[in-house]
Amino acid sequence: MTTTVMPPALPSTSTTPDASPRVRVAVRALDAYYGATRSVRDVTLDFMDGQVTAIIGPSGCGKSTLLRCLNRMHETVPGARAEGEVELDGTDIYGRGVNPIEVRRRIGMVFQRPTPFPTMSIRDNVAAGFRGMPDAPSRREVDVRVESSLRRAGLWDEVKDRLRDAATGLSGGQQQRLCIARALATNPRVLLLDEPTASLDPLSTQKVEELVYELRGTVTVIIVTHNMQQAARVSDRTAFMLMGDLVEVSPTSQLFTAPRDERTEAYITGRFG
Amino acid sequence: MNAPRTTGSQRAAIERTGRTLGRRRLTNSIMLGVMYVAAGLATLPLVFILVHLVREGASALDANFFTKMPRPVGEAGGGMANAIAGTLVLVGTAAAIGLPLGIGAGLYLAEQGSRRLASTVRFLSDILNGLPSIVMGIFAWQVLVRPVGHFSALAGGIALGVMMIPLVTRTTEEMIRLVPASLREAALALGYARWRTSLSIVLRTAMPGIVTGALVAVARIAGETAPLIFTAFGNQFWSLSLDQPMSALPLQIYAYATSPFEEWHRLAWAGALVLLALVLIISLVARFVTRSRFGGGHD
Amino acid sequence: MTESAATVPAASSPDDAGIEGRSTGDRVYRVLTLACAISIPALLGFIAIEILIGAWPALSKFGFGFLTNSTWDVGAGQFGAAPMIYGTIVSSVLALLLATPFALGVAIFLSEFAPPWLRQPVAFLVDLLAAIPSVVYGLWGIFVLLPILRDTVMPFLASLPVLGSSPLFSGPAYGNSLLAAAIILAIMVLPYISAVSREVLMAVPRSQREAALALGATRWEMIRDAVVPYARSGIIGGIILGLGRALGETMAVTMLIGNRAEVSASLFAPGYTLASVIANEFAEASTEFHTAALMACGAVLLGVTLLVNMLARWLVGRVGRGGA
Repeated sequence: MTTTVMPPALPSTSTTPDASPRVRVAVRALDAYYGATRSVRDVTLDFMDGQVTAIIGPSGCGKSTLLRCLNRMHETVPGARAEGEVELDGTDIYGRGVNPIEVRRRIGMVFQRPTPFPTMSIRDNVAAGFRGMPDAPSRREVDVRVESSLRRAGLWDEVKDRLRDAATGLSGGQQQRLCIARALATNPRVLLLDEPTASLDPLSTQKVEELVYELRGTVTVIIVTHNMQQAARVSDRTAFMLMGDLVEVSPTSQLFTAPRDERTEAYITGRFG
Repeated sequence: MNAPRTTGSQRAAIERTGRTLGRRRLTNSIMLGVMYVAAGLATLPLVFILVHLVREGASALDANFFTKMPRPVGEAGGGMANAIAGTLVLVGTAAAIGLPLGIGAGLYLAEQGSRRLASTVRFLSDILNGLPSIVMGIFAWQVLVRPVGHFSALAGGIALGVMMIPLVTRTTEEMIRLVPASLREAALALGYARWRTSLSIVLRTAMPGIVTGALVAVARIAGETAPLIFTAFGNQFWSLSLDQPMSALPLQIYAYATSPFEEWHRLAWAGALVLLALVLIISLVARFVTRSRFGGGHD
Repeated sequence: MTESAATVPAASSPDDAGIEGRSTGDRVYRVLTLACAISIPALLGFIAIEILIGAWPALSKFGFGFLTNSTWDVGAGQFGAAPMIYGTIVSSVLALLLATPFALGVAIFLSEFAPPWLRQPVAFLVDLLAAIPSVVYGLWGIFVLLPILRDTVMPFLASLPVLGSSPLFSGPAYGNSLLAAAIILAIMVLPYISAVSREVLMAVPRSQREAALALGATRWEMIRDAVVPYARSGIIGGIILGLGRALGETMAVTMLIGNRAEVSASLFAPGYTLASVIANEFAEASTEFHTAALMACGAVLLGVTLLVNMLARWLVGRVGRGGA
């Protein structure tokens, strides 16, 4: 698509924690299909290490599909497939001989609605991603990792006295932060957030946003949201998608104040969407 | 307002408004009364059976019934210890066959079946469920008794187990489908393989419902007699060997009920009371196993 | 189709061939669950084949005559299943005639009329009827139902003005009879018919009911003109499902029907059914041929119940599709 604008991989100005960020995830000419419908078209895009990148756009623009291609979750839907390349630290995750399970273990994901495993306690939920795997850690190590993950997710103080309780007893916002803790517990290099606050009240939303803001620097975060204010609050860079095309990706402050593409401008000023 | 289709019968209803309202009201009340009576009469046999069963059964029931072996005609004080043990062994054998196959099939149908294969299997499962139990009995005889030349508990257990499969398959599939897809997604995104997702997340979440279904299936086969008559056959002696003929409560009730002896009739009533109690207790437990551990917060 | 084309490669995609460990677990899991699912059609086929094999000696000797010959003489080696087929059909059809009005009454009562506090207990009691083992029905039938029939019901029926002198109620009243079998069968299939009918009645959309009520229909008129017609094929399916149960029901019938291989017009006469002849004679069958003839009865029963069940499923399934 001629209208796709590829920005130079410049470090964005004020909010960058690292002076010269390197590319963590590189998307090259990615197409994603549901059956015969192409919902992501020829997207090429870099995600910088340690930064928070937001993907915005109206419903059905392919932003969630793009996100799901980054950890090979897209193909778990019957009839869905992806073409193109997605490089994680230089390795194409769609390359020959790559095990998608290993890809997903290295890239955490959190969904719209909280998904605590209802049969597990809070502790077991956090440990679900790394326990029972081939390199199962010791009991002590599990406890240590559970605590540090919960601390990173800002949930430790709220749940430390009831780690053995059912995770479903938590509030919606706590459940969502539990899911973030569960994703962080596997020490992923990248964390994918698919509209993580869509089902939360304003206070819980704020907590999750603060958490995302704090995670920068330690993990590469890619957040899909239909909430432009949220993108503006938490992200270093923002990508705008429309009808499967990547229209523009810019440093967040620039995208919202001086968009280069008129469609971006039309969207952020509320003329459609 | 979405306007419902007007059917021919509804037009007929319009025409009838011509009739006097009083007569139509009267018809309405009469039919309402008829429905109450029908419902009452339909539950009457149950009340009859239960009352009679409890009265006759309780008077014949004592500790001997549970601890003693059957005695020859004319000797008082016999029991059905071997039949009770036999029923437990037969039901256990059936469950060992029916549960894994049924749960496996239910998992396949709910999760990965191609649409055509799944609907075919579902249909045939219903058909298998509708087969007369006596047919299951002669099948087990033909396959497991005839070749070895003697009756065996194993043949009876397998006949019962085959009867369990469609029941367990159906509830497993239904319960698995109740598990929100988002849980499966979450597990896959954590790097779980599909089989681990299915077994340790989806199946575990659906487990209370599946246990209920399994108990209902067990309750149904525990009272079956027809598949056992020429497989497990019955046994007057204590035997827990799957290779040998084995007694079972339903078989013993059948034998005693059709005998000409008063003492055996009493034992048949006692046996029926125990069998029904067993079946009802299992059904009630099934009802109260919690079904709702699917958690809050999603779907 | 694009969709199936897209799903097929998924199985052979890198999913199975990771450099960091092949996930053979998924393949094993898939094969195992597939095997479980396939076991159902396989068992059904196996059952049919084995029973046909067992029945073959009798079927090949008597051929079609097995169904029409009414002589069942074990000593003479003569086996015709006509009395059993007759007994099976008469007892089942009579049972349905007796059970259907009550079953529909219960179903309509529960889905339309019953106050909420009564709905649960009545539904539970009716479900309980289905939970009672067949042999317990038989026991109750022998010691409670038969005496009542012999001493009260049969003399009463025989004393009726016109019907009483008809062949239907002729002959001595022993108790053990087609009538007794039909009554116990009616009690046993009632919960099945009412459960299926209740389900399809509840599936009738509200709009259908409201349309009738809005036209000024009384509750009964609504049920008769809007609800029942809508659910008709499902209700018929439920009745046929009940027929399937009745045809194959064994123990209670064996204990009450009298077990005599005769075709008699009288409902007071003892009879035999396909299921009860197997239950009664199979274990003591002395000759290979006797066994084969009993197996052939099983084959006939299997064939008939297969057809009846398929018909019922088709009818019940139609309501779900038609209601959309």
